[in-house]
Amino acid sequence: MSREPCAVIGVGQTRHASRRKDVSIPGLVREAALRALDDAGLTFADIDAVVLGKAPDTFEGVVMPELFLASALGAAGKPMMRVHTAGSVGGSTAIVAAHLIQAGVHERVLTVAFEKQSESDAMWALSPRIPFQPTLVAGAGGYFAPLVRSYIQRAGAPPHIGVEVAVKDRLHALRNPYAHLHMEGIDRAMVEASPMLWDPIRYLETCPSSDGACAMVLASERAARGAARPAWVRGTAMRSEPTMFAGRDAVNPRAGQDCAQALYREAGIDDPRRQLDTAEIYVPFSWFEPMWLENLGLADEGQGWRMTDEGATALGGRFPVNASGGVLSSNPIGASGMLRFAEAALQVRGMAGEHQVDGARNALGHAYGGGSQFFAMWIVSEERP
Amino acid sequence: MSIPPTPAGPALEFDPPLSPVMRIDCPVRLDYTIAAGREQSRFLRAMSRGHLLGRRCPECRKVYLPPRGTCPRCGVMTAEDVEVQPRGTITTWCVTNVPYEGQVLELPYVTASVLLDGADLPFYFLIQGLPADQIRMGMRVEAEWADTLGPTLDSIRCFRPSGEPDADPASYAEHV
Ligand SMILES: [Zn+2]
Repeated sequence: MSREPCAVIGVGQTRHASRRKDVSIPGLVREAALRALDDAGLTFADIDAVVLGKAPDTFEGVVMPELFLASALGAAGKPMMRVHTAGSVGGSTAIVAAHLIQAGVHERVLTVAFEKQSESDAMWALSPRIPFQPTLVAGAGGYFAPLVRSYIQRAGAPPHIGVEVAVKDRLHALRNPYAHLHMEGIDRAMVEASPMLWDPIRYLETCPSSDGACAMVLASERAARGAARPAWVRGTAMRSEPTMFAGRDAVNPRAGQDCAQALYREAGIDDPRRQLDTAEIYVPFSWFEPMWLENLGLADEGQGWRMTDEGATALGGRFPVNASGGVLSSNPIGASGMLRFAEAALQVRGMAGEHQVDGARNALGHAYGGGSQFFAMWIVSEERP
Repeated sequence: MSIPPTPAGPALEFDPPLSPVMRIDCPVRLDYTIAAGREQSRFLRAMSRGHLLGRRCPECRKVYLPPRGTCPRCGVMTAEDVEVQPRGTITTWCVTNVPYEGQVLELPYVTASVLLDGADLPFYFLIQGLPADQIRMGMRVEAEWADTLGPTLDSIRCFRPSGEPDADPASYAEHV
């Protein structure tokens, strides 16, 4: 299958915070979009189409927000598209935008994702009141905590692994000025002393609720000519599976494994553990770092926690994960997946500032959503495919 | 390292210039009627008689409870009602200790994935009747029915320890 090369030539994100009272939702997405355009040396006039993603409309209670955001994103009179894949949406949105370039439909696409959690109640929206059933599951944590417990049991992982990830990602965030959480002096004792919200998940082992947005300008090879430091899209993949079926492994879902293998194939990567330099992985609860390392084939099954424990996933380690601080440090839900993709691009462009992974040439961006059932991933590279 | 200023970009123009609207109240309601569907209706009627009625897939032979009209794995219509026992094995669990909008149960409460005897996938239930630190994988539990039964899963008040010895780990390993 032939496809046009696609490059990331602009990346922008907001300062993420609990409450961005200084901006409306249009103001929030515009802040990220203008930074991405500025990075690319372009204006709205240069953009052919806009692809927008966010988590379900029930969060902010604004139905089809892409319509009212069109003017803030300079999309009036241009093709605009909305993507829906729950928490993985930031990743899927970037992939849809990349495909518009790879298919030769457009030369320059602006892709944007956001969430304004201060104007929503995600915990309410994710505590489903299913007809004819009692309300038992409390938010995303209520759904994922039993899976974390299953992982700990299956892998025989020591209990401090979740604490280590929580500390490591917050230390990374101190190097990222855009991150929501800047927790000076964070250490294991602080995490261990925080309340157990959804046993076995503690308060400081969960992501914050953030207002924030992320944007990227994707360009064809021709449009990327002259771009200072493009990140080339080497491969993209999306997979999904039902939330519930007999024999489903919700801890290590088949859809995630298949997605990763399809991704490596498309990117021409035979040995991801050696060929990838860093990854931005969607880790909203700390234990998901080792769980996804295994699901992605970056660690053997049951061994992911050893990579965390050895310090391999910290900056300066052999395979830094979430050098930006990750979802554990900033979680504007709809944007969280795109931030993973964008941070991967910043790494291979050598533009990640104080959280730069030395010599990063190939980086993985990962997002998941729903009940660990939607997956979106890409690999970006400093080298043109 | 600091955040660069946001480029100004073209101004968004409003005519005439408006004073800021900081907040509006906008109550929303939606009334709706749900049709439970054929398989779920049978399941709910059985609940009101104190029975758990699952549904077996003709291809993979797996039993779903609550029942499904089609098998999510095979994509074929399920064909056979199967009685599932109101007792089973805990495969994993969670202690919830965080308040939330819409919360009904008093905190903290324990929910568990219970693999019911005769079903092929676990389902979440409320667990009561023992301190949270004594709950474990493999523990056997049984349903406590509500005083008044009806066409709802609320007909089961909770699951409690049945007093049986723990299940053999091999019997539920693939569901953990
Ligand atoms: Zn089947």
